[in-house]
Amino acid sequence: MEHIRTPKVEQVKLLDRFNNKTTTGTLYLTATHLIFVESNVPGAHEIWILHHHIASVEKLSLTTSGCPLLIQCRNFRVVHFVVPRERDCHDVYSSLLRLLRPVSYDELYAFSYNPKQNEQQREVGWQLIDLTAEFERLGLPCDQWQLSDVNRDYKVCETYPRDLYVPITASKPIIVGSSKFRSKGRFPVLTYFYQEKKAAVCRCSQPLSGFSARCLEDEHMLQAISKANHNSRFVYVMDTRPKLNALANRAAGKGYENEDNYSNIRFQFVGIENIHVMRASLQKLLEVVGTRSLSVNDYLLGLESSGWLRHIKAIVDAAIFLTKAVTVEGASVLVHCSDGWDRTAQVCALGALLMDPYYRTLKGFMVLIEKEWISFGHKFADRCDQLDGDPREVSPVFTQFLDCVWQLMEQFPQAFEFSEWFLIQLHEHVHSCQFGNFLGNSQRQREELQLKDRTYSLWAHLLSEQHNYLNPVYSPSFAERHPVLEPSTQPWNFKFWRNMYHQFDRTMHPRQSILKHTLTLKESNSKLEDTAHTLQAKLQTLGVSTSPLELHSWSREHRLPPRPQSLILGAPLSRKEAQQEEEVLGEEALEDAPDGNGGERTVEGSSATENGYGELQSSFSSKNEPAMVSLEFGVARMTC
Amino acid sequence: MTMEFSEHIKTANVDDVVLKLPLRPALKGTLCVTAHHLVFSERKEEGSYQLLLLLRSVDAIEKRMTGLSGSSGTIVIKCKDLRILQFDIPGMEECLNVASSIEALSSLESVTELYPFFHRPRELSLSEPWGLSSPQQQYAQTERLWDRWRLSKVNRNFSVCMSYPRTVIVPCAIDDITLAKAASFRQGGRFPVLCYYHRSNGMVIMRSSQPMTGANRKRCREDELLLQAAIDESEMGYIIDTRSAQQAQQARMAGGGFESKAFYHHWRRLHRHLERGKVLQESLIKLVEACGDPSQNMDRWLSKLENSKWLSHVHSALSTAGLVAECVERDGHSVLVHGFEGTDTTLLVTSLAQLILDPASRTFRGFLQLLEREWVQAGHPFRQRCAHSAHSHARLRQECPAFLLLLDATWQLGRQFPLALEFSEVLLLRLAQDAYASDYGTFLCSSEQERCALQVKENTHCLFQFLLRREEREKYVNPLYEATDLAIWPSVHPQSLQLWTGLFLRWTEYAQTMDEAREEIWTIVKERKETDRPKGCAHTTLSRHDSFTNVENLMDELTVL
Repeated sequence: MEHIRTPKVEQVKLLDRFNNKTTTGTLYLTATHLIFVESNVPGAHEIWILHHHIASVEKLSLTTSGCPLLIQCRNFRVVHFVVPRERDCHDVYSSLLRLLRPVSYDELYAFSYNPKQNEQQREVGWQLIDLTAEFERLGLPCDQWQLSDVNRDYKVCETYPRDLYVPITASKPIIVGSSKFRSKGRFPVLTYFYQEKKAAVCRCSQPLSGFSARCLEDEHMLQAISKANHNSRFVYVMDTRPKLNALANRAAGKGYENEDNYSNIRFQFVGIENIHVMRASLQKLLEVVGTRSLSVNDYLLGLESSGWLRHIKAIVDAAIFLTKAVTVEGASVLVHCSDGWDRTAQVCALGALLMDPYYRTLKGFMVLIEKEWISFGHKFADRCDQLDGDPREVSPVFTQFLDCVWQLMEQFPQAFEFSEWFLIQLHEHVHSCQFGNFLGNSQRQREELQLKDRTYSLWAHLLSEQHNYLNPVYSPSFAERHPVLEPSTQPWNFKFWRNMYHQFDRTMHPRQSILKHTLTLKESNSKLEDTAHTLQAKLQTLGVSTSPLELHSWSREHRLPPRPQSLILGAPLSRKEAQQEEEVLGEEALEDAPDGNGGERTVEGSSATENGYGELQSSFSSKNEPAMVSLEFGVARMTC
Repeated sequence: MTMEFSEHIKTANVDDVVLKLPLRPALKGTLCVTAHHLVFSERKEEGSYQLLLLLRSVDAIEKRMTGLSGSSGTIVIKCKDLRILQFDIPGMEECLNVASSIEALSSLESVTELYPFFHRPRELSLSEPWGLSSPQQQYAQTERLWDRWRLSKVNRNFSVCMSYPRTVIVPCAIDDITLAKAASFRQGGRFPVLCYYHRSNGMVIMRSSQPMTGANRKRCREDELLLQAAIDESEMGYIIDTRSAQQAQQARMAGGGFESKAFYHHWRRLHRHLERGKVLQESLIKLVEACGDPSQNMDRWLSKLENSKWLSHVHSALSTAGLVAECVERDGHSVLVHGFEGTDTTLLVTSLAQLILDPASRTFRGFLQLLEREWVQAGHPFRQRCAHSAHSHARLRQECPAFLLLLDATWQLGRQFPLALEFSEVLLLRLAQDAYASDYGTFLCSSEQERCALQVKENTHCLFQFLLRREEREKYVNPLYEATDLAIWPSVHPQSLQLWTGLFLRWTEYAQTMDEAREEIWTIVKERKETDRPKGCAHTTLSRHDSFTNVENLMDELTVL
């Protein structure tokens, strides 16, 4: 709290970044959140911004109405406040600067967050995802692959998990030798096993080959991986980098495998760009889509020049290559990039998602992330900028992975048990630092931080409200028919994920959501049946025969807890619901109220002014048009 | 088959033809050319595939010799619905004969030779009504119009305006003589008429063509009176001109022009430039070309998509319609929409504005009525505009995909408001197909006058009536539809617009998984309806309320006990 100089500022204006809408309210600064509460409105609109979500705060130059403060968040929220007094603005600004750059892990929200659970519940939460069970599910250990204890104490590789699966023929000296020849000691280990063909997906980092160095143990290691699979005489080595980058790395004593030195490998570059290119690409993308009054042509040109979709496609292409090699050719594949924790994680995780329907279930997806991302040491702390660190380490690698998954969802609407809303929640929490799962850069570090004792698990939280994340059209039988997904890679299948990058921009969204609607229908269907059964059972115990009576009904009382307020889930469903919410929110109803009585209102919060079709206001003299201005600010009632 | 048709058919049947369809394995069978169709039957004992292709739907045909020394030929047929078929035909002569038959029969000039005049399905009778409603019915149903608006038959002989229907709705204060004079001041005689009445505030949308002010700023008292009568003394109205201010200025040189402020005191003109004619047609061609190119990377695709400008046109259409709707609903003023002829972009804007404002036009029947009123009866020249689609090599004459643009914009509305439209994408696709080539007479001709002269209504079946038959209707309904009487304001941010893959990539990427997902939604909705409705009850109108009482009864019973 010592960083907060001014906990409350009144008469702050909030500007919408895509239209001229302004809201006045009070700004509160707490130890964990920045809160804006709209004033003078019953059931006021509130915005809560977690400090950890804030990527940057900018003080713009003073205007007549006050001092503008521009806040950009990692969850793609952009808020523009105007604080009336310069001093208040400066206080908020400097407090935020300190608050959003925590210097130690102890300052993170996860260590103070308390969801009212007891110790036991906390423990159970952490046990929900069990990777040992996951490898068992994959049929491991088996006659060709064993669990190695070589990294039990993180001695061979400190960014790997303790439990690692290696070929049975890979002895300890081979492993240790290989690890010394690999960047950061990340030697080849198994990450997914395709039982049908006994083909393995392995991952590692780049070899320290320089221009000519070789390592017999490393060559043995790859030989062992190849031999563990009788289906194929060779193993694919996928270097996920562009060839040029790999070549450049040789000068630094790193590089890639020389096919002459390794028997039975097939080497392949797949050309995914590095973290710096990706960071710049997303930045460019956000710049483009954040432009006011963006034209369609500038949008498409910007989309192209940002390269974002090109990068997304490159990752999906790589995952498809991996999947085909494993499922069609039955070959094992070794995937690496430079350090083997960014592009490698993306490609391995996405490949597994294509190969194994289990990962397309809610629980399975959690397992996948736990395995490929958390346990294998994707540097969440650095990439998501959890602590005040090197800005050059920040990169949207995990965001890209989620984006790729979304692209697959768009192509296969029935293949995933969860909806895009789940992906967005994950993205939210990777940055929120509210739960322990994604803190730190490696398992070892997480253990040192004693996260399981001091924080809560996100997985438990998400599972407790899983009804919100279900995909209503998910079909388990689809998985039976299509165990392996074969996405099309035609460019038109890659789309801009509006619901992610504009999740807080209300004017961008469809006003009605198929997702929410079908979800509600489905829930009500099963709810109705339940009600019927309970009532019937009750009657039966009371000795009343009820055979012909029909019990189906739709009862408003019997509903699941309300969904989180989200623009993605769309605005209220029915008019009735809309009215109810308008009674609460007030603001919407006022804004859209016509200046006559009994007139039409606007559907589900969509409004003409927000969309800016025209220049109506400017084209009229104000004398003729007193209603226009006042309508916009929701004081229509006064003028009618 | 009449003589004229058979003249064109030199080889009626060819065996051992191989048909290659997008997303299907090749098939072998017999190809047969009839007066109006191309029939392909797979040679198989059972469950064999049959293709019946309306020759009118052929947009372009390419032939090439294949095989040793040109012993066989290949015909590639590009359809107006963007599908591409390939036939491998043994025998060069057969191939050339078939190709020339297709060429001749797909481009018959005379309307009465077209298939709708021969389409006689057993379940339909020519005595059934043609069309869904008339201006008379529209007027009769809108009681609140009666004060200030009247039906005029000034055009009963199509002498005042060739492209208008016989009856139109105009202000009461204006008599037919004034109307006729006003008409002579408007291009093609298209004087301002009412097309939509907004119940909540009594404001209207009217449409017309441009006034013929010419270079020396001619004026027409009658036209001014007509517009003045459309609004009250104290009120004002908007003129949404679908041309840029510059275009409107330049139009004066060619005898056209715009309503000058000096003579139309109570009207404010806003210019919103919408592309038309050749520019739109070329945009469609570029887009279809981009969608048909299978070998491209992300950047090339995005740049081609941008270069086609199609989504920009969708954007302009929606935002101009939004502007019109905003004038009427939020601002409370009447609007007149026109561009040049008032037969293309004008109709696009007025019909989209109605979809935004009017819940009635979002129902299945209401939407078809809207199309009938604003496009068929209002004289959109379908015959010229839809003569060819994106593949044709023929020199462009008056082709323009304005109607397709309307369907696309409607699709965007449906994407943004998935519960608000009673019809689904499937209906839009069907209409897109039938506007270019159809078994029905609805989209034949360019005006009511032409339809009367050729007796279209007497000799063809009506597509709209057909689609509304119960068994057909089911295919086109949106399962999620929930009526709302509110306006639906579309978002026009570029991020909110999408390429209509259902249309443009219909044949390149088979969206089977999408169809299955749609099926699943249907199932959920149907389950919902069943649980909602007491079983064994014949009345389909039983509402929630009824089933509610059942449980309430049950509850009562429990309490009593």
